[in-house]
Amino acid sequence: MKKIIHLTINEMDYEIAVEPNKTLADLLRYDLKLTGTKKGCDTGDCGACTVILDGDAVNSCLVLSVQANGCRVETVEGLSTDTGIHPIQKAFVEKGGIQCGYCTPGMIMSTKNLLDKNPNPSEQEIREGISGNLCRCTGYTKIFEAIESLRS
Amino acid sequence: MKEFDIISTRANRIDTPDKATGKAVFVDDISRPGMLYGALLQSPHAHAKILSIDTSKAEQLKGVKAVITAKDAGGIKYGVSPARYDETVFAIDKVRYVGDEIAAVAAESLDIALAAVELIKVEYEILPAVFTIEDAMKDGAPLLHERSPKNLCAEVHQEFGNVEEGLKNSDIIITTKMKNKRQDGAFIEMQGCIAEFDNLGVLTLTSSTQVPHYVQRTVAMVMGMDIGKVRVIKPYVGAGFGIKASANPMELACCFLAKKTKKPVKMNYTRDQVFMLARARHQFSHTLTTGAKKDGTLMALKHECWLDGGAYTSFGIATVYYTGSLLGGPYKLANMSYDGYRVYNNKPACGAQRGHGAVIARAAFEQQLDMIAEKIGMDPLELRIKNMMETGDTTCNDLNMSSFGMSECIEAVRKGSGWDKKKGHMPKGKGIGMACGFFVSGAGYPIYRSDTWHGTVIVKLTEDGGTALVYTASAEIGQGSDTAFAMIAAETLGIPLENVRLASGDTDMGVDLGAYSSRQTLMTGHATKDAAQHAKIQVIEVLAEQLKIPVENMDIRNGFIEFKGEAPDFSELRTRYIKEHRGWIDNPASEKLSFKEASRIAFLERGSIVGTGKYKPHLLGGKFKGAAVGTSPAYGCSAQVAEVTVDMETGQVTIDKITDAHDCGRAINLTSVEGQMQGSVSMGIGETMHEEVIFDKQGRVLNHDLAEYKIVTSMDMPKVEAIVVESDEPNGPYGAKEVGEGAIMPTIPAILNAVYDAAGVRLYELPLTPERVYTAIQEYKEKNKIK
Repeated sequence: MKKIIHLTINEMDYEIAVEPNKTLADLLRYDLKLTGTKKGCDTGDCGACTVILDGDAVNSCLVLSVQANGCRVETVEGLSTDTGIHPIQKAFVEKGGIQCGYCTPGMIMSTKNLLDKNPNPSEQEIREGISGNLCRCTGYTKIFEAIESLRS
Repeated sequence: MKEFDIISTRANRIDTPDKATGKAVFVDDISRPGMLYGALLQSPHAHAKILSIDTSKAEQLKGVKAVITAKDAGGIKYGVSPARYDETVFAIDKVRYVGDEIAAVAAESLDIALAAVELIKVEYEILPAVFTIEDAMKDGAPLLHERSPKNLCAEVHQEFGNVEEGLKNSDIIITTKMKNKRQDGAFIEMQGCIAEFDNLGVLTLTSSTQVPHYVQRTVAMVMGMDIGKVRVIKPYVGAGFGIKASANPMELACCFLAKKTKKPVKMNYTRDQVFMLARARHQFSHTLTTGAKKDGTLMALKHECWLDGGAYTSFGIATVYYTGSLLGGPYKLANMSYDGYRVYNNKPACGAQRGHGAVIARAAFEQQLDMIAEKIGMDPLELRIKNMMETGDTTCNDLNMSSFGMSECIEAVRKGSGWDKKKGHMPKGKGIGMACGFFVSGAGYPIYRSDTWHGTVIVKLTEDGGTALVYTASAEIGQGSDTAFAMIAAETLGIPLENVRLASGDTDMGVDLGAYSSRQTLMTGHATKDAAQHAKIQVIEVLAEQLKIPVENMDIRNGFIEFKGEAPDFSELRTRYIKEHRGWIDNPASEKLSFKEASRIAFLERGSIVGTGKYKPHLLGGKFKGAAVGTSPAYGCSAQVAEVTVDMETGQVTIDKITDAHDCGRAINLTSVEGQMQGSVSMGIGETMHEEVIFDKQGRVLNHDLAEYKIVTSMDMPKVEAIVVESDEPNGPYGAKEVGEGAIMPTIPAILNAVYDAAGVRLYELPLTPERVYTAIQEYKEKNKIK
């Protein structure tokens, strides 16, 4: 039995009928075609599916769509604006913090969450801020550099 | 004027704006109208005869469109190396590991497909299984493959020079054993694919692969199709590290499902299926004996290695050769022998992973160099410099170092780490260690025996003259190859990078062997340069005809034509161009003739300007058996210094800093080179510190997720100082060679040597769990009567 939920994704309102066992990650990716959010494990280990839910970074593969009823969701697609890509995205590009790019959307959403709450994070706070996001390509070094360049 | 305009800069990668914004398309981001979803039935047993398969209930489930088994897929064997094909798409007579594929289902939804898989009834006769080299080699052990007595998959015996003589003439002889644990690639994007047939019978397979070309060949061969009727497309790929460097059973099953249903079929591995397929780093057990003179001169190396192979050969035949051949350098060593054995057992097959075959051998050998240095009272860094090969040297197994900035790398890490001030002056519990390594810049020969070109590239100029399109079948899997080739094309054509567009990863675009053995920068890079030169010369030829000046008096740079001496009057050409350009408001006003004008004129004279390029290596290597493996047109090399803290009470090792220098020839993109170095270091740290695939007694992977299989996180990663050492490789495009794999070589031994420096203990087994280090410290204390 599907359930009707209401949620706001990247400032757009949605009314959707969802299966009660559908995860937010699957809803975003397969129903709404917001495929920027990636899935690397489906068990909350890799962080590739990170989105911001009512102001907190979450693994969207561990959130059921029905749990997001009435919530505000931010995904990587919501970051760039008409005037260009978001400063976080720009920093990741310019500092070389992206290789295969599969962890990138989740990594960028965790970064946004970190900087929203703490615009001037220490090195340790940066490491902790993205500690739920696994990257196998970069060795994180250039990701740290990208985030450091965004300190206010 | 500087030598290059684009090469050796820090250009932003061309793929990363899309990756940063979520626009980059990976295979699971794609869906097709009417698409079905596939699922695999995999063996729950490590070794069993299949007595019967009943698919009737699965077929009756509503929404199921096809159920296929070996009956449908046939018995054509495939694998990586044709002489060693030992896999079929689905198990025919028996299953050989937990995960061996038995059947596949296509259905209207993934849930239905999974439910149908549950309904397939298989009757098994359980066979005794073997999970270790020792058990697999025992008399009377069950055989996995009839043609391989004692479960010996492959053996290699090589000797160069005279090892016995070399050891006899040595003052110091050291023998140690070393072993690692089976690794997983742990790329973040699990393998996935979509197969579809068009109405003319052409199969398109879109897949998360490193090697569209080899997948195309394997699919065509197994399905009995012409290569020209199979197109493999690689969308963006969430890395591979070697594991995605051959066709996987899911890709083949997906093609058969698409054929049977006449619908597009999508399949994905789950994370635990990634662990089940494996194909990552083997477990190696090395015994090494190294002899040296009192002055530190290396005399001989005797090397034996056993590889825990798993159920199939996969890349293993190459691995077992690489394990021996890539120990011949980077030191001058006249005498070396190698006995390698790869053994089958009832675990998932191992294959290739970053630093293919050579990483643990390197870890064992570089520890021994430190032990020799200690015995003769020599700085281990000096010992390495003393024995180091130089540009032009050839190893005893015929690998030629056509450029070799090894000494420069050592000096760079000496300075970068403050080695001279730190070595021997650190307090107990703190240590510093170093190691070196080298690696191929592409395999000298393709995996199947052939005279094929290793890469072909097409450069086409758009009709307006403004943009160059580069078409290559190479595989961007995260390493930055697309950007490197766009930079090479731009440099060669003499136009800005933003005027190059590139499309890659499609077998319709040409032949390219793909992303493995660190080959693309050198090989596809050459083909790109060749194609760009071919396009450029056509433009210049037209100018020569039009302006009546010799070809050799012209060049193109920064988007403009450069004339030797005084520029000719090109006003007629400009007028012609402007007439062609009506409606636009950016008419050329420069005093120089632009590339855009010239290539538009060239199009008007000759039609589409298309440059074609190709590359294959020159004849490489010696004449002995296995001489091909390890050959390469060029070798990258590196040195690393690790600084660690060891908690003497708990055995906890913390890596404080890695200083890494790598000779990549001329860096095409400095930022990308550093990224490869830092990524290599992180994978090396993971393998040193915590990575280990663990099995239960039934051959099932216990830690089949990224929580329990521990890769390096942002909390673990130490500071890495990446120092790019540039040399000019004569066999590389613009002097470039590898960085993607060589950079992992020194990481493990540098850490091991640093742990010894800190704690006085040598560890010969990975990973360095606190328990293992603690035990070693306790043994050391007992032996040395330390309280």
